[in-house]
Amino acid sequence: MADLAMTRSRVSGARLSGGRTMRSDAAVAWLLTLPAILAYLAMILLPLLAVLALAFTDYEFGARSFRWIGFGNFADMLTDRTFAASIRNTVVYCLFVAPLSIGIALGLAILIEAGARGRAFWRAVFFLPVVSLTVAMATAWQYLLHPSIGPVNALLRMVGAGTPNWLGSSDWVIVSLGFIGVWENVGFNLVLFLAGLTAIPRELYAASEIDGARSGWSKFWLVTWPMLGPTMLFVIIITMTRSIRVFDTVQTLTQGGPNNASEVLLRTIYQEGFHYFKFGYSAAITLVFLVIVLGLMLIQTRMIDRRVHYG
Amino acid sequence: MQTRPLLHDLPRLALLSLAAFVVLAPYIWMVAVSVKPQDEVFRASLSLIPQKWALIENYGKVLRTIPIWTYIFNGLIVCFGILFFQIAFAVPAAFALAKLNFKGRELVFGFVMLGLLVPYQTTALPLYLGIHQLGLLNSYTALIAPFTCSVFAIFLFRQFFRAIPDDLINAARIDGMGEFSIVWRVIVPNALPAATAFAIFSVVAHWNDLFWPLIVIQKGDLYTPAMGILAFRSVEAGEDYGALMAAALLVTAPLVLAFLFAQRRFIEGITMTGLKG
Repeated sequence: MADLAMTRSRVSGARLSGGRTMRSDAAVAWLLTLPAILAYLAMILLPLLAVLALAFTDYEFGARSFRWIGFGNFADMLTDRTFAASIRNTVVYCLFVAPLSIGIALGLAILIEAGARGRAFWRAVFFLPVVSLTVAMATAWQYLLHPSIGPVNALLRMVGAGTPNWLGSSDWVIVSLGFIGVWENVGFNLVLFLAGLTAIPRELYAASEIDGARSGWSKFWLVTWPMLGPTMLFVIIITMTRSIRVFDTVQTLTQGGPNNASEVLLRTIYQEGFHYFKFGYSAAITLVFLVIVLGLMLIQTRMIDRRVHYG
Repeated sequence: MQTRPLLHDLPRLALLSLAAFVVLAPYIWMVAVSVKPQDEVFRASLSLIPQKWALIENYGKVLRTIPIWTYIFNGLIVCFGILFFQIAFAVPAAFALAKLNFKGRELVFGFVMLGLLVPYQTTALPLYLGIHQLGLLNSYTALIAPFTCSVFAIFLFRQFFRAIPDDLINAARIDGMGEFSIVWRVIVPNALPAATAFAIFSVVAHWNDLFWPLIVIQKGDLYTPAMGILAFRSVEAGEDYGALMAAALLVTAPLVLAFLFAQRRFIEGITMTGLKG
């Protein structure tokens, strides 16, 4: 490899001017990083600071002036029923999606790992939703869950069960969106678990048998579960940060309805900002969103520092 | 791993098949409904094969009512435009962070780490203001520019470049190569796996994105695939599920087909970069 690269560089070196004097690393380094730094300033750092500032103003898009209102926007949130619904629904959604998509993914990963048949096939099938266009797939789910013509309710009618209006009733809408969320996330978590499972040394299972763990069940609790600890933590945080950003399915299927029953954080930010043009208020909600995401990441780094290393 | 006799393997395969069926259900019905005439869709039967095929009718309606190829073309322009700038900006920066000693390196890297913590939706309001100010709403620039600096790409490439031996770089220097040609002729070819993984991650993320295009695009001829479906739903199709599924299938197909051809690379790319979903 090195030989190859060296011949290649010798050839190109001949074409370049030969006697390069030693320049200072610093000048070259700054030149190399300059495009990224400029883009970073313009697209990330300055907008981030601007959001921080906006959150403490009453600025409305198109207005000629604005006032600094301190924590006014945050005080407004406390009495805003849409915001309250938004926070509640987002939390419910995350608490629905995270445990289910993690549990199901772990179960499926163990099932796949337990045999040799069709591993690549199963992995590909369960991963498919991750690469599919969410808006399009949400539309397919809307048909499947349609109250009168959908196959899901047709099936329920056949077995004589109730046929809820999955996406149209405020009792079911978060469950339905949550189910679609689980469907979207299982494949991602599954692949992470498969990697975690493959990394567990086989000898540990043999050792646990000597220690008297005969059944698959006791082997799971004695070996698999503790060895998967770090993977599990990573999967939990990543699923939470993915599901807190739910937007596409809600915007496509329910637009927050019925009656705010599926209003979620990102949609509230979008709605307040780009529909009502209340940029100040929307920025304040954005900060709440950011603080929650940062909180989750903080938990992750804290736990990683403390975690026990096995193996 | 030894292969168990098929009979003992059956319970496992049955469970996996059941789960696979649930996961594949929306795809199966998407294909089925896209070739069914409307009256059969409304009969709500569980059968998948249409009695009367409406393939031409449904797909024809999609092609007549919305410029779906334009949407797909826009999607490609946006995804590859974003990818081009991300790579062009991230690779040299990552090289400098990984292999060059300079004052302020720690600071720059600190900002990269900070950027990793910030979801892109956070900066939407000021970016919209800026783009509006420049009169760039409804343009490819508005769709591409905000994503040109991928801190994730910088982070990922830096990790990867650090593993490239210094001897290789020094040899190139002795041969008279400048730092710029070292980056593009020595480093990049060696970092191809990381670049492929990142490319897949980036394209999938931006092909599927709805939040940002919804904010900066109002004109139909600049719609991305995701927006196109949304527009087709609300204006043209309503409850015409046949045509709706046909449209959904057409915009989902490119990435799904690419995935089926290179699943391992896709899975590697997306999960490796899963640090930032």
